[in-house]
Amino acid sequence: MSDKIATRQAYGEALVSLGEKNPDIVVLDADLSKSTMTASFAKKFSDRFFNMGIAEQNLFGTAAGLAAAGKTVFASTFAMFAAGRAFEIIRNAICYPVLNVKVCATHAGITVGEDGGSHQAIEDIALMRAIPNMIVLNPSDAVSAKKAVYAAAEYKGPVYVRLGRVAVPVIYEDDSLNYEIGKGICIKEGSDVTIIATGVMVHEALTAAKTLEETGINARVIDMHTIKPIDEDIIIKAASETGAIVTAEEHNIIGGLGSAVAEVLAKNYPAKMKMVGILDTFGESGKPDELMKKYLITAEEIVKAVNEIIK
Amino acid sequence: MLTDYNDLKTIANRIRKDIITATHAAGSGHPGGSLSAVEILTVLYFYKMKVDPNNPKDPDRDIFVLSKGHASPVLYSTLAEKGYFEKSLLPTFRKIGSILQGHPDKKKVPGVEMSTGSLGQGFSTCIGMALASKLDKKKNRIYALLGDGEIQEGIVWEAAMSASHYKLDNLTAIMDHNGLQIDGANEEVMNVNPVKEKWESFGWHVIEIDGHDFGQIISALDAAETVKGKPTIIIAKTIKGKGVSFMEGVADWHGKAPNNEQMEAAISELGGDADVR
Repeated sequence: MSDKIATRQAYGEALVSLGEKNPDIVVLDADLSKSTMTASFAKKFSDRFFNMGIAEQNLFGTAAGLAAAGKTVFASTFAMFAAGRAFEIIRNAICYPVLNVKVCATHAGITVGEDGGSHQAIEDIALMRAIPNMIVLNPSDAVSAKKAVYAAAEYKGPVYVRLGRVAVPVIYEDDSLNYEIGKGICIKEGSDVTIIATGVMVHEALTAAKTLEETGINARVIDMHTIKPIDEDIIIKAASETGAIVTAEEHNIIGGLGSAVAEVLAKNYPAKMKMVGILDTFGESGKPDELMKKYLITAEEIVKAVNEIIK
Repeated sequence: MLTDYNDLKTIANRIRKDIITATHAAGSGHPGGSLSAVEILTVLYFYKMKVDPNNPKDPDRDIFVLSKGHASPVLYSTLAEKGYFEKSLLPTFRKIGSILQGHPDKKKVPGVEMSTGSLGQGFSTCIGMALASKLDKKKNRIYALLGDGEIQEGIVWEAAMSASHYKLDNLTAIMDHNGLQIDGANEEVMNVNPVKEKWESFGWHVIEIDGHDFGQIISALDAAETVKGKPTIIIAKTIKGKGVSFMEGVADWHGKAPNNEQMEAAISELGGDADVR
């Protein structure tokens, strides 16, 4: 876990590799290609890259049209302007007709940092998972981000891929990671409690598990990289074997991973549960780690939640 | 290919009657803006476009997108007339289980190229289709029908800007300029004028015509094909509710179905018996 790489960086690299293999892949951006990392694809495959300017609604409408004509479309901008500003276009022009568009949204969550609350999408998972036909992926590191992008390209239909701005620790080794959409990954076995985390919070969960181990608590850690369709089996199994669940996400506490897990538990296996997430409030400018502390999404908060739940 | 306007007129008249009977059967729907676009769709499907109802997914076909998706009755009636599906389905319009949704659904109806209805989106998807045709070096053309109220949507101008930026001369838009929207005249709700200058300033070639004159529609669509390096929009001056005197120019007929008496009066005015379906 020494290297730190942003998931958007991995996305940019994966796109180039996909572009080499598949001539039907086209990429769209909204004047942010250097930030979303689609710029490398743009440079290498200029005929298949379309900068749509600062016009996100038309970006996703155009993506729908290209997909209707048989292209596999990767459409990128910041999560705020994809899931937020263009929500209805994604719903009606992409998901309703089930078109093959990959909404790859970068700069998601509070770790956007200094740009402040206006740019920190903390509702995108809730918005995207509420749309029928939409797959929602939230990779935790550069390795799983690449695999998520490849899996999205293979899948025929709409996919939302949530990517971050900041460099995050690499969790997986490339060769050993068996990534499948809809299958959560048990990174650490444990029997006392299960921490189900997604995105940047997976690393926090692993840190928390280490701390807990020192006090004799053996926590299971699951990387829930697919929010929809959520892996019901792994959740039910965790609840039945460990008795308590703590979720952790860099997202509003309403509508995200915690809600998705709670839905599964309520319907199938009611169990004790706590949610670590942003407490229904907007963020502010600051350094990513400062913001994670202030908005209560850290390993310490996970530890606290575990201690409260297994008391 | 038909060149005799009398044949086109006969087809258009049948489509008009189907619009009336389908909205009557549904008890809801949008007859006004459907009737204003009848001649435009008739020329597109029975004179201009290379389409084959027996091979609706032909990769080289021309593509029409009804961006003003609420005018689904004119699209469904035209597609049925062309043979994409049985006319007997028209009275199922807007009913549960029907393929004929209130607004067009491409997953359900053969010949519907894009699911539309949320205004401006269909037009935006045409940018992608035109780009794809250019990428694949296809000779086909993309046609979009916009409403004049629809152009109040911001996405329309985002799309318009991108079409000229990418020199999409394989794209022809037609604006059904009947001057009325749900709440009244365009000028009163949100002034869209001057439309010609707006489109020109966004880099489009503009042709203005009478949208009920077959000769003018044909000439404009033919002329659009010869314009190189920029997209063309045909601003078609039309009358909302055209062909049914009590509906003509009345905003209230934007989204209201005729009752029994109104249906019979309309059909009789259109010179025929209502095909009892």
